[in-house]
Amino acid sequence: MATEKGINITLKVWRQKNGQAKGALETYELKDVSPDNSFLEMMDILNDQIIMKDGSPVAFDHDCREGICGSCSMYINGEPHGPGRLVTTCQLHMREFKDGETIYVEPFRAKAFPIIKDLIVDRSALDRIQHAGGYISVNTSGNTQDANAIPIEKENADKAFDAATCIGCGACVAACKNASASLFMSAKISQYALLPQGQVEAKNRVLAMVKQAEEEGFGPCSNTGACEVECPKGISLENIARMNREYLSASLLTK
Amino acid sequence: MSESRGLLKSHIVKKYWMAFTGLFLILFLTGHLAGNLQLFMTGYAGQLQFNEYAVFMTTNPAVKLLSYVTYLSIIFHAIDGILISIANKKARPVGYAYSKPEKNSIWSSRNMGVLGTIILVYIVVHMQNFWYVYKFGSTPYMQNEDGTAPLLQDGSAVADGIVENGRVLVNGTDMGPVMKDLHSIVVDGFSEPILVSFYVLAMIALGFHLVHGFSSAFQSLGLNHPKYNPLISKVGYAYAIVIPALFAIIPIYMYFM
Ligand code: HEM
Repeated sequence: MATEKGINITLKVWRQKNGQAKGALETYELKDVSPDNSFLEMMDILNDQIIMKDGSPVAFDHDCREGICGSCSMYINGEPHGPGRLVTTCQLHMREFKDGETIYVEPFRAKAFPIIKDLIVDRSALDRIQHAGGYISVNTSGNTQDANAIPIEKENADKAFDAATCIGCGACVAACKNASASLFMSAKISQYALLPQGQVEAKNRVLAMVKQAEEEGFGPCSNTGACEVECPKGISLENIARMNREYLSASLLTK
Repeated sequence: MSESRGLLKSHIVKKYWMAFTGLFLILFLTGHLAGNLQLFMTGYAGQLQFNEYAVFMTTNPAVKLLSYVTYLSIIFHAIDGILISIANKKARPVGYAYSKPEKNSIWSSRNMGVLGTIILVYIVVHMQNFWYVYKFGSTPYMQNEDGTAPLLQDGSAVADGIVENGRVLVNGTDMGPVMKDLHSIVVDGFSEPILVSFYVLAMIALGFHLVHGFSSAFQSLGLNHPKYNPLISKVGYAYAIVIPALFAIIPIYMYFM
């Protein structure tokens, strides 16, 4: 149900054959794009157009297309996930753009996110941070304790839930001038630090995750706040402060 | 975790130091400004007041200790800042072809290294202008109001005293060190439009450094609470504007007086 007139756009898309190749922005023209198209649908249309001319389609990450998987990762017009707020690229719609506009599309850039092809980067560094300590050891042998049996302050439960909504898309890293993964890490640390179940491993968790992030090549945090603005899930900077507190006490109190 | 111990063991620890030294320097600036405001006092009384203050600042043992902590803080803050800036750059070796950082962060927050470097250059020039000249240069000395007798550091005038190598002598007897006239060095310095402009420029840089730095330091130390954040941010903005502005007005005022 097209409600508005289609728009004509110029796309400048980063094309790069592989991690070693030199990349460059390629220019494409798209006519009559429906404002109701999502950004990824527009990219599909672009790829159809490229394939029709026997070109190689633009490689980009996508999966659920409803803002929960964290796969789609594009730096659109100078911002991760584009100009929208609290949306992922798949939730961004073409109505955010004007007729005749030039739209730049680049991959997320960080030392820790090597480019695989075109707009696809390897974000497994975030997984490795999670593996380093973003878990709790729970007995799952059949006599698991009911989590609801433990009383938890409502405020903390809410904050832990908010932190846990992080989908690990990497927009915080992409937005940060230092390619820091602090917002991601701090969300993963906070979701446990706020709950009684997370206390047992709290000290080692924060030390191990921070160490892993540094080894992966993510930068320090300059508190610019860019991550919070660009985060599709609205993860708060409060989490980074919590991580800083956790790290301080863990550093002082462990052998 | 034992392999990565030490003062600067991780990015986060580097930021604790940055924040800690930065906040200390903020306290230092407040004290320094209070002293400088005496330069608004005019006439002989103002000159005497300021020079007596300079004696206090260079002889009091507590002030001496504080001054060493201040030097250390500046040096440590600067070295740590450089290390952090290098790590910042290393984390994104290939930049974006098209980026709009102004959509998500303030300019100051993205230019702390440049602003800090301007402040560092300023501190070196400033130390050369006054600290070095006061300590090692050929400084004029204070006399009583009629200009007939030199003053000792405690402010007493020595009739028939002559000054040699910074000491007051009467018939060859050493009466003690003379009170140096830092005030007139300051007056001389700020008769130069170039120096005045440089000082004003440096204070603008300091203001921008603190617009981000003040509240950022609290965040680095983990002090972030919805109840207090608005207060920290308001006090931070006020501090970043008022303190550098008052510092900057002094050379302008002295130039025109
Ligand atoms: C009296 C002078 C100064 C004061 C009061 C001051 C204060 C501060 C404060 C409060 C911060 C925030 C710390 C944080 O984010 O946790 C900061 C950050 C910073 N300062 Fe200074 N500073 C001064 C001089 C300098 C100098 C001389 C340099 C020289 C290189 C410098 C470089 C930096 C850098 C690079 C940062 C940001 C670090 C980051 O990216 O997070 N500052 N400063």
